[in-house]
Amino acid sequence: MRAVSVEEAVAMIPAGASIMVGGFMGVGAPERLLDEVVRQQKSGLSLICNDAAVPGKGVGKLFDAVLVSHLTASHIGLNPKAQQQMLANQISVDLIPQGTLVERIRAGGCGLGGVLTPTGVGTSVAEGKRQIEVDGKPFLLETALRAQFALVHAFLADYLGNLAYTLTARNFNPIVAMAADTVIVTAEHIVPVGVIAPDHVMTPAPLVDYLIMNG
Amino acid sequence: MDAQTIIARRVAQELHTGDLVNLGIGIPTLVANYVPPDLKVFFQSENGLIGTGPIPEQGMAHPLLTDAGGRPISALPGACTFDSAMSFGLIRGGHVDVTVLGGLQVDAHGHLANWMIPGKMVPGMGGAMDLVSGAKRVIVAMQHAAKGKSKIVAKCTLPLTSARSVNLVVTDMAVIAFPDGKATLLETAPGVSIGEVMAVTEAELVIPDAVQEMKI
Repeated sequence: MRAVSVEEAVAMIPAGASIMVGGFMGVGAPERLLDEVVRQQKSGLSLICNDAAVPGKGVGKLFDAVLVSHLTASHIGLNPKAQQQMLANQISVDLIPQGTLVERIRAGGCGLGGVLTPTGVGTSVAEGKRQIEVDGKPFLLETALRAQFALVHAFLADYLGNLAYTLTARNFNPIVAMAADTVIVTAEHIVPVGVIAPDHVMTPAPLVDYLIMNG
Repeated sequence: MDAQTIIARRVAQELHTGDLVNLGIGIPTLVANYVPPDLKVFFQSENGLIGTGPIPEQGMAHPLLTDAGGRPISALPGACTFDSAMSFGLIRGGHVDVTVLGGLQVDAHGHLANWMIPGKMVPGMGGAMDLVSGAKRVIVAMQHAAKGKSKIVAKCTLPLTSARSVNLVVTDMAVIAFPDGKATLLETAPGVSIGEVMAVTEAELVIPDAVQEMKI
């Protein structure tokens, strides 16, 4: 792990990059990184996130600035700007059941080719996918998802990069931290090693490439 | 009593002590208001919490403790938090005893459509497909009709949420179950006759000999 400024970290992300971003309706989103992505106008992004949040919050800022060209998410209904950009064909959108989305990302981070899920069998979600029977039950083959960058927000990070999250701000953060080539983290508090007890570390330090300096 | 209150009160009677319950957005959210205090039900919020409590008092909200819509909530003693993979493992893995969801249409076989209206409303399915596929019991809480049109239809014209049939539909007029895959009238709302229910139900309804009145 290397401690860097937010400007330096975002400068590493090229336009058109694929990024996974933690957060659920913007709660637990790495706001400082997203503000800097907007400031540096990183356009044509392929975004993987649970949802499109709301304008002005979390990844909603990326739609305010029209920086997304492709979105993979489970829900965009509470962001009218993302909806408008989808209906105007400014962005292409893959809508995926939430449990399938998180498992595809988890698979990508865990070296699996994908997962077999009952969710979506017999619906429009199944179109174009392989259906596989296991013990007489039908499942869809859902392939793994990875990205070039994961943007993660933690509650605590220690000097080594061990992470802990709080309350409902955990959501997709520890999952996306496993599934990208480069993992960039913001934390509410950066604390000495040992403040996060071994049993309370949720993302182990070796997964974190860059920690954004506080203050 | 208004339609939403009738529905929420009747659905609340389906919950039991020890149940892990996931409530969808809209009428289902109201169900929590009618659970008797001596009933110890665990409510899950799929953004990563079991033990959701009421909206916090003024000044007590925490920006990182929210429901799945991003609104501030509280957590009850004994609550626990987890990531989204665990949350949907609970849902898909059959650990959720009851989910209560809103509906756009339910058909004669209990198939639910509740996530999109092509060309009009494409918000994404969120967790709805996982909930219907994985929860032990699926209860749909919705108005019987919208703009005079039955929401209990012969066959769903909107895209399905799951191939699985729901267990129970509770409306402002009736309670309907699907034994043997056939919509069957179990109860009518107070003051509503069987004939009135049939008149606003597009799906063919099986009418058993004994149809109860909802006790709300």
